[in-house]
Amino acid sequence: MRGLIGKKIGMTRVFNSIGHSIPVTVLEVGPCYVTQIKTVNKDGYDAVQLGFLELKKKHTTKPLHGHFKKNNVKPTRTLAEFKSVPDFNYKTGQIFNVSLFSEGDFVSVSGKSKGRGFAGTIKKYSFSTQRKTHGQGDTHRHVGSIGAASDPSRVFPGKKMPGRYGNKTVSMSGLEVVSVDESKNQLLVKGSVPGATNGIVYITR
Amino acid sequence: MNKVQDATKEYLKKDIPDFDTGDTLIVSVLVREGNKERVQNFEGVVIGRRAGNSLDASFTVRKISNGVGVERIFPLHSPMISSITVKRKGKVRRAKLNYLRNISGSKGTRIKEKR
Repeated sequence: MRGLIGKKIGMTRVFNSIGHSIPVTVLEVGPCYVTQIKTVNKDGYDAVQLGFLELKKKHTTKPLHGHFKKNNVKPTRTLAEFKSVPDFNYKTGQIFNVSLFSEGDFVSVSGKSKGRGFAGTIKKYSFSTQRKTHGQGDTHRHVGSIGAASDPSRVFPGKKMPGRYGNKTVSMSGLEVVSVDESKNQLLVKGSVPGATNGIVYITR
Repeated sequence: MNKVQDATKEYLKKDIPDFDTGDTLIVSVLVREGNKERVQNFEGVVIGRRAGNSLDASFTVRKISNGVGVERIFPLHSPMISSITVKRKGKVRRAKLNYLRNISGSKGTRIKEKR
């Protein structure tokens, strides 16, 4: 299996053998169930669909319930597809857990970043603020100039402007696995991970 | 216990003495010089503690060294701290003793002993 679905629990620190403090993110990873196996013949590509976080039947929608029933697996809250490893014998209902990862591995973690709504350029692109005094009117957190005058007569494409910020899929790659706890289904990953606490993240090798 | 604390339980030290702001401590710190390891003591007044007893907790110790104020911030659960000894319990009315930075002289900086 190339990856698993997990949940972000929060951040803390651990100490290594030489006393360095390492910032870590605690992730609750798996157990994930194989809910569907996609093949080139049937779907046009090879992939494995995993389900994470068991759900009561009454909380699933009818179409989803049909999907779970067809493949004879327990209903789950989230589903995600991962590329399948060639020549590996996958079965629906098969369980994968954190033991997939081991200490010292480098993983990439992707998740949905925190949504900040409609944000200005100062928050969104770290623009500088304008002066607070010396005759400023109401222009403190304004964008400023967005281009030259009649020469281009237009605003160049890609100009950074206010707008929706966050709530997008962000990936962090090359994060070191600090420790794996199979009994708690927990993974400690060095550094930060996108998204809010309790957000769903996808961990791939 | 929340899940974050639960995940790092094994890293917590169990032999930390009970100390608070205003106490005078002797903190023994392991210092690595090449392959050799030795213990260096830092003695001073605790001017603040943060984050309780969690793994993220730290405390600040202040001392006057050759007339110059020196402060060190120690992570409470760091393996580099070999021991913490409480030399004297202090009677203070604040959680953070940042006012000690602004006063000079032996009388002002003196903290009454707790009995």
